[in-house]
Amino acid sequence: MSDFFTLSVLVATAASGIRLATPYLLASLGETVGQRSGVLNLGVDGVMLLSAFFSYWVVLKTGNLWLAVLVGVAVGLVMGLLYGFITVVLNATQGISGIGIYIFGLGLSDLLFRRQVGTPKPVRRLPDVDIPVLSDIPHLGPALFQRNLLTYLAFLLIPTTMFLLGRTTFGLNIRSVGENPSAADSLGVSVRRTRFAAILIANSMAGLAGAALVLQLGIFQPNLTQGMGFIAVALVYFGAWRPIGVMCGALLYGLVNATVLQWKALGIIPVNGSDLAAMAPAVLTILALVVLARRVSAPAALTRPFSRH
Amino acid sequence: MLKSLIGALVPLLAAVVALAFGATMLLALGASPVEGFSAMFDGAFGSGSRIAATAVKATPLILVGAGITIAFRANVINIGGESQIIAGALLSTVVALSFPDLPTILLVPAVLLAGLVGGGILGAIPGALKAYASVNEILSTIMLNLVMVQFMNYLLRGPLIDPYEMEAGTRIPQTQRLSDNAMLPNLVDGTRLHLGVPVAILAAVGAYLLLWRTPTGFRLRAVGHSADAARASGMNVKRNITLALALSGSLAGIAGAILVFGSEGQRMVTDGSAAGFTGSAGFNGIVAALFGGLHPIWTIPSAMLFGALLTGATQLQRVLQVPAALAVALNGIIVIFVVSSTPVRGWIQRSLSEAGLFNRHNDTKTENPRHSRSEPGGLSDMPDPSEESGNV
Repeated sequence: MSDFFTLSVLVATAASGIRLATPYLLASLGETVGQRSGVLNLGVDGVMLLSAFFSYWVVLKTGNLWLAVLVGVAVGLVMGLLYGFITVVLNATQGISGIGIYIFGLGLSDLLFRRQVGTPKPVRRLPDVDIPVLSDIPHLGPALFQRNLLTYLAFLLIPTTMFLLGRTTFGLNIRSVGENPSAADSLGVSVRRTRFAAILIANSMAGLAGAALVLQLGIFQPNLTQGMGFIAVALVYFGAWRPIGVMCGALLYGLVNATVLQWKALGIIPVNGSDLAAMAPAVLTILALVVLARRVSAPAALTRPFSRH
Repeated sequence: MLKSLIGALVPLLAAVVALAFGATMLLALGASPVEGFSAMFDGAFGSGSRIAATAVKATPLILVGAGITIAFRANVINIGGESQIIAGALLSTVVALSFPDLPTILLVPAVLLAGLVGGGILGAIPGALKAYASVNEILSTIMLNLVMVQFMNYLLRGPLIDPYEMEAGTRIPQTQRLSDNAMLPNLVDGTRLHLGVPVAILAAVGAYLLLWRTPTGFRLRAVGHSADAARASGMNVKRNITLALALSGSLAGIAGAILVFGSEGQRMVTDGSAAGFTGSAGFNGIVAALFGGLHPIWTIPSAMLFGALLTGATQLQRVLQVPAALAVALNGIIVIFVVSSTPVRGWIQRSLSEAGLFNRHNDTKTENPRHSRSEPGGLSDMPDPSEESGNV
């Protein structure tokens, strides 16, 4: 245990925790926007898997990381169009539609991977970019300011999302259709258009999260996410539909995962003990849900399809 | 008449869309759709033993699907099939390891009962959390899936690991070969058809009888229809919500026991993921239940169809080298289609009734298609989960 509490190991753990938090943070921030508009998307995991596969495939074929990121976002957008059509245009039940998207993404990414790639081959990873001056701060610098660009982007998107939701007309519209769509409708806000736009944002961010996941790992395998997208959805509840809360949840997940990996590497816990430790974040989330359930309220119209009659 | 025709049309259309998508995928992957589908059909129904294999594949889907219908009828969504299957499998495995010498006549019912209890507990937890702490059951069941996978990995790599794996140092996460007495007896020689298949069918029939022929079932459906009305007429809504998820979970738990004690390897084994043990039956059961119109009896043929899709996909992989994951993608398409066709059907009915094709009586029903009487293959009484799941 004393091996763990040395400064260099702690810094390395924090650094990898921040890296591991990145996909959660991106997907959860997007899902926050979606849920604030009243749309629950349980398909995040499926979207992440599909975009992760396509990003991986692009890097494998072209070696171009930024093209891969763009493709990941594009896959998210396409899935967003599909999900928006199902839930906003057709008014289908959101929970189960999302499970359909999840199963579809799980199957299609698995199918394409086995057919087009076969065995996992490592690809280029996102390089870490040092921020001048800041990265020279002892200990803190290497942990916070020697990360990859998508990690920086994820953290920049926190204030951006706060600004979008809190300070723009579009954000106000999103919140109003999530709380009281009939009132918003009577004031001339198009519920469908606003929700559709929120869904596109949520899904392209899920796509970005998938790209970030695979480009940080440098490898793809079927069911790469292992339920990360579902956790990202839960983190929105955990963070009480607020970007800062979501960030805390994502960092918690990232740091716990990094700590478990570090302990395993140092031999502090046996192989099967790490399985037990890996239960901790999910158990914590359930406990947090129990504590928060009566204290914070979800967007009032969450999961409720809107129709005018 | 017209109404029930439209009702039966939904799964048919869903199947056509899935077939069309499958054909497109096969073409895109450079395989002939005709060869592909005939390989799948041959793999699923080509011989007695293949039909048996399909039925065995369908067994957990029947159980999970019947459980899903119970939960849905009470207006709770159970996405925790995976965790409940795992809990049932683990508890039944522990029972078989503890009493390996009991005769088959006692041990087989004991392991099935243990599965039921294990799954029931994992269903009751999110049920109680929803009823008494307002925790959204979708989230809690998903989180419990993640918890139980790790718990299974922990047990199968540690306390329950095959001692031989420890000695050999290979450490494959699996239990030792379980007692012969615990294995589900084979029903037809030369095939894999075992006792689990009739058990699942009986359980689905039982779920139907429970829901529509008992006071308990009446209360569950009443709570699902309108919690306020049920409360006003003196029903204990909280207890019924917990009960619905517990029952739903216990059926999935039996599926877990059947997966272990109907397995060829006679042991519980994982690859570290949930699907590595369950084969995603917890999710595929939802698909089967939806396709069966959320009716326990119709879940049986529906699950057979999805069992056929799974065994057929294995054959597809063998013959045409098209990955079996195609079946999973098709499942997703079917869910999306069935769910989105429900409101579409409402529109069709509304526009037909506006065109004067229905009389007034039918007209009032179509106002709220969710609450009209169930019809085979339809989703008409699918409760609207939005009513309760708005809060955390």
